[in-house]
Parts: sequence; C-alpha cells; structure tokens
Amino acid sequence: MNPNDTLSTALLIAGAIFFLAGTVGLLRFPDVYTRLHAITKADNVGLGLVVMGLAVQAETWAEAGKLLLIWCLVLLAGASVSHLIARGALTRGIKLWRR
Amino acid sequence: MEAVTLLQWTFDILLGLGLLWLAWQALTSPDLFKGIVLFIAFGLLMALAWVRLDAPDIALAEAGIGAGLTGALLLAAFAKLRTVKTNRDIAEHPEKGKLKNRSLQFWPAALLLVVAAGLGYAVLSLPPYATGLSSEVDANLNASGVSNPVTAVLLNFRGYDTMLEMFVLLLALLGVWSLEGSALTREALPGPVLNTLTRVLTPMLILVAAYLLWVGAHAPGGAFQAGSVLGAAGVLLLLSGWRLPSNLAAMPLRLTLVAGPAIFVAMVVLTMLIEGRLLEYPPEQAGILMLFLETAATLSIGVTLAALFLGGRPQNKNNKEHT
Repeated sequence: MNPNDTLSTALLIAGAIFFLAGTVGLLRFPDVYTRLHAITKADNVGLGLVVMGLAVQAETWAEAGKLLLIWCLVLLAGASVSHLIARGALTRGIKLWRR
Repeated sequence: MEAVTLLQWTFDILLGLGLLWLAWQALTSPDLFKGIVLFIAFGLLMALAWVRLDAPDIALAEAGIGAGLTGALLLAAFAKLRTVKTNRDIAEHPEKGKLKNRSLQFWPAALLLVVAAGLGYAVLSLPPYATGLSSEVDANLNASGVSNPVTAVLLNFRGYDTMLEMFVLLLALLGVWSLEGSALTREALPGPVLNTLTRVLTPMLILVAAYLLWVGAHAPGGAFQAGSVLGAAGVLLLLSGWRLPSNLAAMPLRLTLVAGPAIFVAMVVLTMLIEGRLLEYPPEQAGILMLFLETAATLSIGVTLAALFLGGRPQNKNNKEHT
C-alpha cells in the first residue's frame, strides 16, 4: 500500500465517520433545528473529507478540480437549504426544543 | 480482491433491498408528503443502482429528472392539493365519489388486464438468450458522428424514440395547460439567502447544461440530462418569485416549447428527402446535425419542465395582477 492509498483510506474513513455521526444525529436529535445542525455539519465536513480522499487518487488536476467544485456546490446548497428549512419551520411556529 | 467482491455484493444487495423497501413505503404511506419524500429518496438510490450497472447516462437522467424534477413537480402538486377543496368535498359526500367509482371501475380494470396480458406475451416471446445490440452499435459507431454509444443510439440509430419522447413531454404540458387556466402565483418567499443562491446557481446551471449537452458527443451526457439541469434552473428561478416577462410569455415561450419536436420533424423530412430513410443522416454531417437537434431538444426539455412546475398556462393579459 503506497502512501497515497494510506492517506486516501484514512480520509475516506474519517469522512464516513462524520456521515455516520450526522445520520445518528438526524435520527436521534429532538427537533428540526438540532437535526439540521447535525446533518449539515456532517454533510459539509464528511463530504469534504471524502472529496479530499478521492482527490488524492485523481489522475489529473482537472479531475481534482471537479471534485472540489462539487464540494463547494454542496456547501453552498447545504447551507442555503438548511437555512430555508429552518426559516420555514420558524414561520410555521415550530418551537425550539428546550431541555 | 475477494474482499472487494464481497463488499460489492453486500452493497448491491443492500441497494436492491433498500429500493424495494422505499418503493413499498412510498406507495403505502398514508401521509402524501412522506410518500413524496420517500419517492425522491427512491430516485436517488435508483440513480446509484444505474451507476452500479455501468450506465452513467441513465444515472444522470434518473437523478435529474426522476428524483429532482419529478420530486419538485410532486411537491408543487402537493402544495396545490392543500389549497384545493376537492379532498374535503369527497370526504363530506362519500356516496358521490363511490357511485362514480363503481361505474368506472370495470373499464380501467379490463384495460389493465389487456395491457398486462400484452406485456406478459412480449416478455414470454423474447428469445431465451440474446447477445444484445451493443456489438452492432460498436461496429457502426464511426458512421454515427459521435463517439458516445448512448448518444449514437438515442439520436441516430433510434432517433425516432427520442422524437416521440419530445412529443410526450409537449403533450404532458398541453394536458396541464388545458386543466388550469392561468398560473397561480403562490406567495414567494424571497429571502436574501434564496435570492443569493439563485443568483449564484442560475448561471452555473446554464453553464453545466451547455457542458452536458456538448460532452454528450463523447461521454455520458446529452439532451435530457442537460434539459433537466436547465429545468432545475427554471424551477429555482420560479421558486425565488421570478416570473416570465409578459412580452415573452406568449409567442416566444410557445416557440421554445415546440422548437425541439418541430426541428425533429424537420430533420425527419430532410433525411427522408436526402437519404430516403427516416432520420438517417449523411455520415459526414451527422455530428453537427445531431448537435443542432440536441440543442433545440435541450432548450425545449428545460423550458417544458420548468413550465410543468409552474402549473397553469402563463397568461399575458392579466399579468399585471400577478406581478
């Protein structure tokens, strides 16, 4: 196993852990706002790690650039959509969770 | 190697079971909204399944049209259902709905039986073993004008299939337009975030659509994938409260909608005159003719999908009330 493979394996596994944590958060957290918090953090960091892990294996710079572009688009869309969902939930009067 | 194969088998089995489970849940869910969300998830898993089958063209189309735009259409229909009172009417007068149903039950059932019998016959009459047509496609790829076999099949060897698909899309839109007089303006929620997102994404989506259209000649991509991306840009614009200017809503919009089918028909006539056979291009000009055809098809598909999302027919008379 060459160092590149080791690096991308480590990055991919780290990304998968973030995805798992996000999924558990989505299923276990008490209300829509905390669930959004869990899933967007996991998406952003988890996908970032996966993209980095795959970019290490990319054969050309263009390939790595495309992967990076995908991550940037997901960051933009994820942040905006979670904001919109949270705003929609607030305007519909869904109360914030209190312990 | 062994471990990798085992992992792939596990993934495929989980994917197949997940698809079946999602399909069942989406169909049987009493909550319509939940059903729609499950259907979108089903479409995304379906795209993954196509990737596993080495069919990235179909995976792109499934993710774009099957999950994305169909999901948006279903959600838009759901939002309209809540405002229309037919559900409550039926709940208040159940006997009316029942009577209608009973008299209409026989014919759909009979029709379904005939279709099922025909499908069964078609499946049973297939040869038990077939090599498929991929070797013939490969053999004739040089004459097709493109190097992506999927595009060669869709636009050249079986171009009439794609032409009929264009007409199906147009007919669907005509059906929607004849059901509802004018487009309802739903109260838009133009927050700064949605506005910024739309401003950033719309030019990028148009660029991606052009890229998919161009790359379709030699890699996965093509008119339907590009059209769905263009349609997504339209949906995003409509969601952020944008409406077609009234001077474009009449003739220009309708011309764009029929451009794809019309140019297909023109190409059919042209190829019949030149080569004497349906959609058989002269090999030297095949590439450029197909690009022309696909460009028109992409525009029409994108605008049709966005117009389907809008719902009713955009009117140019009472536009002042809406804006």
